Amino acid sequence: MAYKDEQLHEEKVFKDPVHRYVHVRDRVIWDLIATPEFQRLRRVSQLGTTNITFHGAEHSRFNHSLGVYEIVRRILYNFRGLPHWNDDERLLCLCAALLHDLGHGPFSHSFEKVFKLDHEYFTQAIITGDTYVHRILERVRPGFAKDVADVIGKTYADKLVVSLISSQIDADRMDYLQRDAYYTGVSYGHFDMERILRVMRPMEDQVVIKSSGMHAVEDYIMSRYQMYWQVYFHPVTRSAEVILTKILHRAKYLYENNYTFKLDPTHFLSFFKGKVSLKEYIRLDETIVYYYFQQWQDEEDAILSDLCERFINRRLFKYVDFNPNVQLQELMRLQVLFQEVGIDPNYYLVVDSSSDLPYDFYRPGEEEERLPIHLLMPTHELKELSRHSDIVDAISGKKRTDHKLYFPLDFLEEKGAAATEIMEILSRQGEIDYAD
Amino acid sequence: MLTNHANLMRFFAEAKEITGRKKLQKMIYILQVCGLPFEEKYQFHFYGPYSEELSLRMEELCNLGFLLETKEDKSNFIQYEYRVTAEGLNFLEQFAVDMPQLPDLFTILKGKSARFLELAATMLYFRDLPKNEVEEKVQVVKPKQNYTQDEVQEAWTFIDQMMTKAKGTH
Repeated sequence: MAYKDEQLHEEKVFKDPVHRYVHVRDRVIWDLIATPEFQRLRRVSQLGTTNITFHGAEHSRFNHSLGVYEIVRRILYNFRGLPHWNDDERLLCLCAALLHDLGHGPFSHSFEKVFKLDHEYFTQAIITGDTYVHRILERVRPGFAKDVADVIGKTYADKLVVSLISSQIDADRMDYLQRDAYYTGVSYGHFDMERILRVMRPMEDQVVIKSSGMHAVEDYIMSRYQMYWQVYFHPVTRSAEVILTKILHRAKYLYENNYTFKLDPTHFLSFFKGKVSLKEYIRLDETIVYYYFQQWQDEEDAILSDLCERFINRRLFKYVDFNPNVQLQELMRLQVLFQEVGIDPNYYLVVDSSSDLPYDFYRPGEEEERLPIHLLMPTHELKELSRHSDIVDAISGKKRTDHKLYFPLDFLEEKGAAATEIMEILSRQGEIDYAD
Repeated sequence: MLTNHANLMRFFAEAKEITGRKKLQKMIYILQVCGLPFEEKYQFHFYGPYSEELSLRMEELCNLGFLLETKEDKSNFIQYEYRVTAEGLNFLEQFAVDMPQLPDLFTILKGKSARFLELAATMLYFRDLPKNEVEEKVQVVKPKQNYTQDEVQEAWTFIDQMMTKAKGTH
């Protein structure tokens, strides 16, 4: 029997708190899960610094990847025999679903910003490079690995296949919303996925939703909206993210200025140099990063040491709301005053904007920016969701931007009278939030 | 701090106004590939390179009053127009944004249609491939646009022109 058709002697299951069970019968999928590159995802958390705010959020990219695979498996089971669906694409879809986050590194968001990296590039590199994953995919047929990479990169010819893995209502989002809600313990993020799966229909270029299922989709859109403000963009999580980013900036700065680290930053060297090989990238996971942060608390450099201590012990920056239009002059004054009292504003005075975390809201795609969600009407015509749903229409047009100014209140309090003007300016911005 | 906002405002100070979100998305992508310091992260989407980060930053600039967004209903779609405001220009004055290449590059960009910019941006997205493979890939990912060989050739010429200008003024 060809490797692509091989089935396990009996179905394997992973117990999963969100989907109850993740079912595996294909040998290829089973072998992919066992690779070091996929197992590495156990050591990369799904939500980065969110566990600082929601202590339950300790789940990993491994859990999520299995969840996305399971959702796609269920969708394809429903698609069997339907027009437009080619069942020969089944294994390709399952592999792409399982491997779609393979290139995520530790605290991806901050690492990507500081070191100008792109996890999608590394996903492609792991799938098409000299890896265990690549060897397994190429056993299916020569060129299969490239096809999987193209599906994940959204450049595969069959747009229907791409839309299952990545669209505005895809398996990725349906899994992470439910999984993140479960692990954070919030009561948002829940929607009737079974109903959505039942009303999904394959079309030539995309998956569409039977109009009778519109209310389930409204619930899904509402969940995305609420999870964004309540979980993903929580100001305390952002405070931890700000400190994390500043640690990486400081370590890079010290390296570039010939600082002698007590602990040689071996695992970071290629990141500092801007030439990260695939092997080095795969080697870095969150256990390693935490080890360095622990050790860097004892460094001679006061800024690196302090920032690491804050991150490890959750001694976060406080914040006030900030409006760059009317308060820009005050920000500039604050930068000067911070310097004067001996606090480096490059590390301790930070504006964080909503666009710094580009979580995607639903966009109706009015000008062909992104493919919108289409409802399949009883007349067989397609209608964009927000043009039929008042709820989605209302959310799509809502103001949703925010800027905050982060700073170490404890440092300012230590400065006493010397920081009086700083405290006056910060108090004028609004009430200081203690982020505890 | 707010450097990425200031960079976009520098673009709008040059452009004065931009009609169409798709056009804007592709223009910023092309300028980014030319080496201008726009840091918005792009991914490939149904209609070519697209940045959610840019969309969100545009909303921020509009909400701050730095850009004025107007909508026009074109029956089957809504077209957006962005115009820089006096407050936006005041904000920009607080930053030292260094983009000496922008005026020349924008002169080349400004007359191009959204359809053409979509083609050029898509070709640039696959710039690591050999030229013939880029053209094949364009046909694979955009079969419905029916780009002609003339359009593809025009896009190559445009890309060469942009790259030469970007290097020349560095």
